[in-house]
Amino acid sequence: MTKKLMKGAEAIGEAAIQAGCRLFFGYPITPQNEIPEYMSMRLPQVGGTFVQAESEVAASNMLYGASGTGERVMTSSSSPGISLMAEGISYLAGSELPVVIVSIMRAGPGLGGILPSQSDYLQTTKGMAHGDFRLLVLAPWSVQEAADLVQDAFDLADHYRNPVIVLGDGLIGQMMEPVEFAEDRQPIKELEPKTWAATGYTGERPRAIINSLYLDPEELERHNLRLKEKYDAIVRDEVRYSSYGTEEDYDVLIVAYGTVARVCYTAIEEFAEQGIHVGMVRPISLFPYPYDAVREAARRAKAVLVVELSTGQMIEDVRLAVGAERPIHFYSRVGGMLVSPEEVIEQTTAILEDREVIHG
Amino acid sequence: MAETVFSRPQGLIDVTTHYCPGCTHGVIHRLVAEVIDELGVRERTVGIAPVGCSVLAYNYFNMDFHEASHGRAPAVATGIKRARPDLIVFTYQGDGDLASIGMSEIVHCANRGEKVTVVFVNNAIYGMTGGQMAPTTLPGQVATTCQLGRDVEATGHPIRVVELLSTLRTPAFIARASVHDPLLSINAKEMLRRAFRYQVENTCFSLVEILSTCPTNWGVPPAEATEWLARNMLPYYPLGVFKTPEGDDRAPRPNGS
Repeated sequence: MTKKLMKGAEAIGEAAIQAGCRLFFGYPITPQNEIPEYMSMRLPQVGGTFVQAESEVAASNMLYGASGTGERVMTSSSSPGISLMAEGISYLAGSELPVVIVSIMRAGPGLGGILPSQSDYLQTTKGMAHGDFRLLVLAPWSVQEAADLVQDAFDLADHYRNPVIVLGDGLIGQMMEPVEFAEDRQPIKELEPKTWAATGYTGERPRAIINSLYLDPEELERHNLRLKEKYDAIVRDEVRYSSYGTEEDYDVLIVAYGTVARVCYTAIEEFAEQGIHVGMVRPISLFPYPYDAVREAARRAKAVLVVELSTGQMIEDVRLAVGAERPIHFYSRVGGMLVSPEEVIEQTTAILEDREVIHG
Repeated sequence: MAETVFSRPQGLIDVTTHYCPGCTHGVIHRLVAEVIDELGVRERTVGIAPVGCSVLAYNYFNMDFHEASHGRAPAVATGIKRARPDLIVFTYQGDGDLASIGMSEIVHCANRGEKVTVVFVNNAIYGMTGGQMAPTTLPGQVATTCQLGRDVEATGHPIRVVELLSTLRTPAFIARASVHDPLLSINAKEMLRRAFRYQVENTCFSLVEILSTCPTNWGVPPAEATEWLARNMLPYYPLGVFKTPEGDDRAPRPNGS
């Protein structure tokens, strides 16, 4: 087990291959092109297949077909491309097919820009597409964590028979950091044989029909409720987060995810050097959201500061967690602009000094 | 001992279909199932049903199936075939599905030369949604979204899919057949057999367009639907082999018997 310096996009691709992914279907879009480029080079070396689809719509439907055979499959895209994949993702969720989707968010709406953003939090965690379904969403803050979460994502997708999205921003894909891959990695979930896969009907099992169509409302209601049971199990068992300095009471709790949390962590370290105690909860699973952890941590603070690269998306979940128990402040940069540690320090200091927080 | 000379193919399930009286989907289902039986590949075949009248095809074919979203069956087929090249993969799609919303997927699937077979059923109208104009609706033909007849000035001319796909350079087997009379149905089966055989031999992409009836939405009695097809569709949609992987010239078939 040795550490290797890797670009985030390459680490994501290599992690997928180490996890047994042998099929990648994608369409070029900035800022995630290094992932399909890496896969197009690497997959043939391990007997796998890379297909550059004609569109993200087609790519998501290729995933549907390939996943229906029981193979481990993946795609990656960025905001406008994820919107196009939304159709296929709804069918994947409805047909309960396990796939891993790496989503590298860029600023929007529309074509927006190509720089890092967290503009698709609500889309990814709440309402990706039509129908009543949920996606398991994991958000890394480092290249190593991106690699680890991609590997975990394949196990989670197979275990729950559900699409899993690894949600990052352009920084995750472009950063170079040391990464290590465990050689004897074991699956993190119990993995059943994929007896549901459509691989040819020989009479040894019932016919395999990969399908999301239920014309009988009673049957569809049963299907919906069964899906809900699955989502409830995910909410119960798959919450992931990290806490920083939340063991004791403190004045301000920061809630941030992904690369923004790393910026906030730098600010927290600088506060610590001055003897000022600022805590942070970093959600890693965005669905399921760590409501309890955020609530408990907020109770130890006088105020909460949510930092995001959006005009206010994850803050809705923080409000659900904290309610009216503590004042919730918000700081963000958008449009591809980044939050700096100095800005976080300034905002946090304003809260500490009970001054008005000036946005932007 | 009585000898069985005619029975249901193994590739079909013994159920009643939901198709309208006078619709030829049932004939086409049977031809596809017979060909799959005769090639001995049923147990390694995976079919893909579209959105449209044949959306429930997975209830009728006795094999593993995927139900695709509207128009995306060729993309789903690509995913299956790339994951499992040993499987025989076919899509069964109507003209709204393939020639309108799914035009991108079929063109690129054919152009990549995916080794899958497409059964393209063209009845010149949207059936399941209630008789709206399709890209294949004939000039002047009445549909619920062109109630005075298709105006080519406003909506363009009907798309000839096999002619369009035949312009692609990638080797393929592309043909048009019809099932509005028994002799042509035998020819349609032969086209399907060739299409599937090219896939079994791992040669090329294959597509057979099959002209089909829709008396319900054409507004003609079931018994007159085959005649309507012969009179209105054949002149615009000529039958024959349009492209072969060997690069043969087009081999037209007589229109009707």
